[in-house]
Amino acid sequence: MAQTEGAPGMNQTAYETVIGLEVHLQFNTKSKIFCGCANTFGAEPNTVTCPVCLGLPGSLPVLNQSALEYAIKVALALNCRINPKVRFNRKNYFYPDLPKGYQISQFELPIGEDGYVELPSDTEERKIRIHRAHLEEDAGKLIHDPAQNCSLVDYNRAGTPLMEIVTEPDIRSPEEAYFYLQTLKLLLQYLDVSDCDMEKGSLRCDANISLRPQGDPQLGTKTELKNMNSFKAVRLALEHEEERQTKTLQAGKTIAQETRLWDENLQVTRPMRSKEEAHDYRYFPEPDLMPFHLKPSAIDTLRASLPASPHQTCQRLKSDYDLNAYEAGILIQDRDLVDFFEACMREYSETKKIVNWIIGPLMQETNARKKNLKDLSLSAQAFVDLIKKVENGMISNLVGKDVLKIIIDTGQNPDIIISEQGLAQISDASALEQVIQEVLAENQKTVEQIKAGKQSALGFLVGQTMKKTRGKANPKMVNELLQRRIHNG
Amino acid sequence: MNLHHFTAHQALEKISTKQTSAKDILAALGKKIAETDSTINAYVRISETPVCPSSEASQKASQEASQKASPSQTNQLPYPVPIAIKDNICIRGHETTCSSRILKGFIAPYDATVVERLQKAGVPIHGQTNMDEFAFGSSTETSCYGPSRNPWNPDCVPGGSSGGSAAAVGAHEAIWALGSDTGGSIRQPASFCGVVGMKPTYGRVSRYGLLAFASSLDQIGPITKDVADAALLMNIIAGYDPRDSTSADIPVPDYTRSLIKDIKGLKIGIPKEYFMEGIDPEVNQAVQEALQILKNSGATIRDVSLPHTEYCVATYYIVATAEASSNLARYDGVQYGSRHYPAQPRRNALIDMYEETRTQGFGKEAKRRIMLGTYALSSGYYDAYYLRGQKVRTLIKSDFENVFCDCDALITPTSPTTAFRIGEKMNDPLAMYLSDILTISANLSGIPAISVPCGFSKAGLPIGLQIMTKAFDEETLFRVAYTYEQNTEWHKQKAPLA
Repeated sequence: MAQTEGAPGMNQTAYETVIGLEVHLQFNTKSKIFCGCANTFGAEPNTVTCPVCLGLPGSLPVLNQSALEYAIKVALALNCRINPKVRFNRKNYFYPDLPKGYQISQFELPIGEDGYVELPSDTEERKIRIHRAHLEEDAGKLIHDPAQNCSLVDYNRAGTPLMEIVTEPDIRSPEEAYFYLQTLKLLLQYLDVSDCDMEKGSLRCDANISLRPQGDPQLGTKTELKNMNSFKAVRLALEHEEERQTKTLQAGKTIAQETRLWDENLQVTRPMRSKEEAHDYRYFPEPDLMPFHLKPSAIDTLRASLPASPHQTCQRLKSDYDLNAYEAGILIQDRDLVDFFEACMREYSETKKIVNWIIGPLMQETNARKKNLKDLSLSAQAFVDLIKKVENGMISNLVGKDVLKIIIDTGQNPDIIISEQGLAQISDASALEQVIQEVLAENQKTVEQIKAGKQSALGFLVGQTMKKTRGKANPKMVNELLQRRIHNG
Repeated sequence: MNLHHFTAHQALEKISTKQTSAKDILAALGKKIAETDSTINAYVRISETPVCPSSEASQKASQEASQKASPSQTNQLPYPVPIAIKDNICIRGHETTCSSRILKGFIAPYDATVVERLQKAGVPIHGQTNMDEFAFGSSTETSCYGPSRNPWNPDCVPGGSSGGSAAAVGAHEAIWALGSDTGGSIRQPASFCGVVGMKPTYGRVSRYGLLAFASSLDQIGPITKDVADAALLMNIIAGYDPRDSTSADIPVPDYTRSLIKDIKGLKIGIPKEYFMEGIDPEVNQAVQEALQILKNSGATIRDVSLPHTEYCVATYYIVATAEASSNLARYDGVQYGSRHYPAQPRRNALIDMYEETRTQGFGKEAKRRIMLGTYALSSGYYDAYYLRGQKVRTLIKSDFENVFCDCDALITPTSPTTAFRIGEKMNDPLAMYLSDILTISANLSGIPAISVPCGFSKAGLPIGLQIMTKAFDEETLFRVAYTYEQNTEWHKQKAPLA
């Protein structure tokens, strides 16, 4: 920086931040967008390819109908207007990961236009408008081999169905950008069209950011930020760029329109090297694919098949099960959790107990394992059984949590685990008598204190008893037995 | 009669009566190619082991063939008659290069749909034929394998871009052949070589496996010794293909049923715009005589107008080059074909490789068309060129729709001239482009068209008659062509090199 803050000649104009986001979403369809190859992640390089996705001479694309349906569903969920005529266009540019020298994308007739995403809020309602949502094919992937000082191409990813979702410049802060991405991701997860995993690249985000003097209707010069690998990185990159642009403008300089790369290690954005001047993609209608005419009835059918949105689900949980905002808010973060909750409710009507067990012990387990509920082999039946066993005193709360771990690890049912490992709660007074005698004998002082009226010391004795029974004693019964022994002699 | 002089239907008849076999015909063709192809240069690759259906399949094929009295009884009949195909149609395991240096060494890992269909019908593929590089040309002179020559006069071009296929059939080095037609590339060489060449309706024959020149114009079609063979070949190759989204899901009739020597009551239009200046008087004379024959056969002849004809060439060279510039982008040295690096690094390794590969790999005409097409699609020029071109194309298409409201077929010359001399137009691309002036409109409007021999110039060079009908009416096309052919002897003439 040539000038530091507060240096003479600085202007102190207050700036407004203007952000627009471009999200690329890989669909989890069974096959690729224009050929029959499996749409998978992580296979050996160049093993999931065919003449079509390799762009071999003479091959031709055929649109995967389910990719089209997914795209329409997303566009509908984003409240877009669906274009009745859909056309693909070629976007021409050279890059080794692009097998045909052009990407089949959409240009003047995208699937959806003019939609919005509503950001949930307790206070003011915020809508981020969607400029367009279009369908295209993903490119392959370059793998740089430093050992041989060369680049290799893996075409497995080439032809993965991709949807580009572009907002209007409606976002006003890096924080809001982060919130938009979270809201969008949840919305997309409910549609079950993608695993939305930024690490695997199934969701990618580029950002455009510019500043303008507060109140100025004119947009400032924007920069485009790329290479962010998490929502957090998007926020950080935007914060960094917001600060850089503010300083630049306050120093009386102008912003250069450019693409900048986020450097995760150094936590800065840098101008992209060797970036050629504005590309001319020479878009023109893809002659290998006829335009598609979407029938209103087909769109209506898809609209009717849309699952409830996270927002709608939240409302429903509150009204149907009387959950509070906190509980419902947590459950809806994972649609599988909602389904699981409702499956449990069909087995057992103790709402609060089920919610507490899900939000508490179950989510502790999923978080500890960094897994989603659907990756664990846990049935609602087994989970409810477990809760019931705690409720009817067969096992203690503490043991219940251990049994849950074992169920998740082994998939065994709770009865077998409890009996095989001898975890059943000891509720038989005669079985507890001996342990109680031992505890009292070993803690004469405490017994005296209690007799002298220090009732609070009883908890220590209960704890000692539980310890000796490895948590299996029924704490309520231990409490009663201890009271009786101490006071009745 | 030598075996290589057979038409496909004659060969089939002899095979079914066990007077000859596919093997004998292949041997005769091999001998003939050895004798004359050093002059003609029709072939870029001769298959040592013809791409045949499995021996079991071919045995079954010939059994079935012999059981049938006539090949016209069903369109599922196997046809064990060897064929030559243009070097832009993929055959699994065989080099396919579009006669371009840039694709040298590209071995197709899959079969084109037409190749699959040929194999299913029992047709052995015995060679791949020369062509203008990427089908860019009307003379087969832009091939990296050197020009093919006209069997009627080796100093003349065979036409193009399917010049190898037309010369092979014209020289009787092939019984029948496949070509591809983007602006006349089947019909014009057929006309120059005195054979039959047919461009089907756009969407009638699958393009899967045809190396694309201009995707919205390209069609594969037959080049044969007579109309009956063209109908037979269409029975084999036509039909919907789920791998080609532009192929039409419309039932395919048995085209041999259209081989009727009767056109009584058919209305034939003569578009006046196709008989203007620039048409060689000898060509005009031959076409007028052909009209008389059609009239004598019972057709009504009437003058019609296709008012947007004058814009055809301009429209074509915008649309076709635009699509070609994009279709040829994949030839970048990354995955297949040839790759070159400059002797001295220039910018960076990747861009150097792209530039050097394409500089060395593409010929002059390919570069010219890539640049024209890139220009037509460039931002700022798109509306004035490509978009305008597409709008004019719609007008040209509706010209034909209007004319076919009260016309069954149109008759024109196939090319304004007979075959020109090798080298004559190589340095005058515009003169070369005008060689397609009469054939381009069928591609722009998607309709089927055929060229049949209709006479000879005083210099002894063949003249072609073009017939066009409305989209998917190949039946009327074959009927008119067959009736004309059966009333003449032109198709029976043999070239000096035959």
